Amino acid sequence: MRPPETAYLYDEPGPRTRRRIRIASVVSLVVLAGALALMLRQFASRGQLDADRWSPFLSWPIWEYLLVGLRGTLLAAAVVAVLGGALGVLLALGRLSPLRPLRWLCTAFIEVFRTLPVLLLIYLMLFGLPAYGINLPVLWKLVVPLTVANSAAIAEIVRAGVLSLPRGQTEAGYSLGMRRLQVMRAVVLPQALRAVTPSLVVQLVSLLKDTSLGYVVAFTELLYRAQVLSAYNRLLVQTFLVVTLVYLVVNGSLSALASRLKRRTTKTAAPVAAAVPAQPGAPAVEAPRA
Amino acid sequence: MSALVDNLPALLAGLGTTLFVLVTSAVGALVLGTLVVVARVSPVPVLRAAAFGYVQVLVNVPLLALLLLAVFALPDAGLIAPLVTTAIVVLTVYEAAYVAEALRSGINTVPKGQVEAARALGFTLSQTLRMVVVPQAARAVVQPLGNVLIALLMNTALTATVGVVELTSATNKVNLVQAEPITIFGAAGLVYMALALVIGLGAGRIEKKVAIRR
Repeated sequence: MRPPETAYLYDEPGPRTRRRIRIASVVSLVVLAGALALMLRQFASRGQLDADRWSPFLSWPIWEYLLVGLRGTLLAAAVVAVLGGALGVLLALGRLSPLRPLRWLCTAFIEVFRTLPVLLLIYLMLFGLPAYGINLPVLWKLVVPLTVANSAAIAEIVRAGVLSLPRGQTEAGYSLGMRRLQVMRAVVLPQALRAVTPSLVVQLVSLLKDTSLGYVVAFTELLYRAQVLSAYNRLLVQTFLVVTLVYLVVNGSLSALASRLKRRTTKTAAPVAAAVPAQPGAPAVEAPRA
Repeated sequence: MSALVDNLPALLAGLGTTLFVLVTSAVGALVLGTLVVVARVSPVPVLRAAAFGYVQVLVNVPLLALLLLAVFALPDAGLIAPLVTTAIVVLTVYEAAYVAEALRSGINTVPKGQVEAARALGFTLSQTLRMVVVPQAARAVVQPLGNVLIALLMNTALTATVGVVELTSATNKVNLVQAEPITIFGAAGLVYMALALVIGLGAGRIEKKVAIRR
């Protein structure tokens, strides 16, 4: 068994502690297995575990149907990632700009859209704006609110990265006669973005989860397809569990990538900050207080 | 403006539901998240693995998928509870994973040397945690926990999709009748921002109070 990363919290267990740990292991295993068994029994008592309720998910057409949804999810996530990433970097630069009006504008944008629920923005797109003659295609009804919300989160991540760089980097750039924007582009941003890459990947996971709101705007993505499918085959429990599993696999691999990148960057560079997985609203990295 | 005043009762009722869901699931998530993180750092491998799995699953699955699963699918398996209760349980379980991660990153901010010094002095695990790790970690987690709570506030809006009439849902309903989106959505947006501000400022104050000057 691999020693846990928090192993430094306790001494090497002696014979008596080892026995206690063994007992605790058995007890917790029994409790967890018992809980699982109870749940399975509950499912079985309603016939939810019957083979004919699960066998449809072994057939290709169902998967084909769901994979079209997954394609929509990935498409929406990619569009939001590209647009939100670009907008986020610009906002971060704006917030760090010496121009006061620009700084205030970007700060206001970031602070507002970091605290508004995405669903409120989506309802505004769906039911509010058409009254003013603004009626976008369905993909954009999902992508625009997500881009706005995620760009604010990405801007804070990028800003944290820029602020975490030693000042000497910027000063060295200036002393070489570079302009502010040149220093940003050639010296600060490349290093800052590298430092926050793990946080950006974590934000990508959060963004991919957000695309499930396509369910609300009726955009063909994974969760919406699951909803349509379950309305058709009446296998609600099975369909939603399968879709949850698909999300888990896709996002789990992204998260694994993020932690691998994190291990790599912490080996080469100083860690940026304690990272908490990103979710709508919470900046993935704590921006150092200015 | 009159669209707002006329529908104030409906909007306030929505706000009340939002606050109720927010507070109950925040308390639940803090308690459950603490339990998860205790399991995560415990010397018992089974508990550690279970806590790790719990966090990984909930951090990687969209909240909306869990809400739909709990509200529409689980009744088919005989698991059914009132709508708002179900929503609170799902939010609690989901948000607890983020609380656990925030707490764990707090524990990681305590330098190893502190723990090693405590062990060298002969402290037991619970003494080390109680007297050395937690007091220092607590200070580092205030701000991240505040951010988790703000995210929870925003996530309460998602319960609108399964039929809970909270602020976002009430706003949308009022707008469907009144058709004054800018005023009505703007007002709801301001309320969310104000709530987030309160949480943020509260966290800032607590942080200042418990900060250690090194």
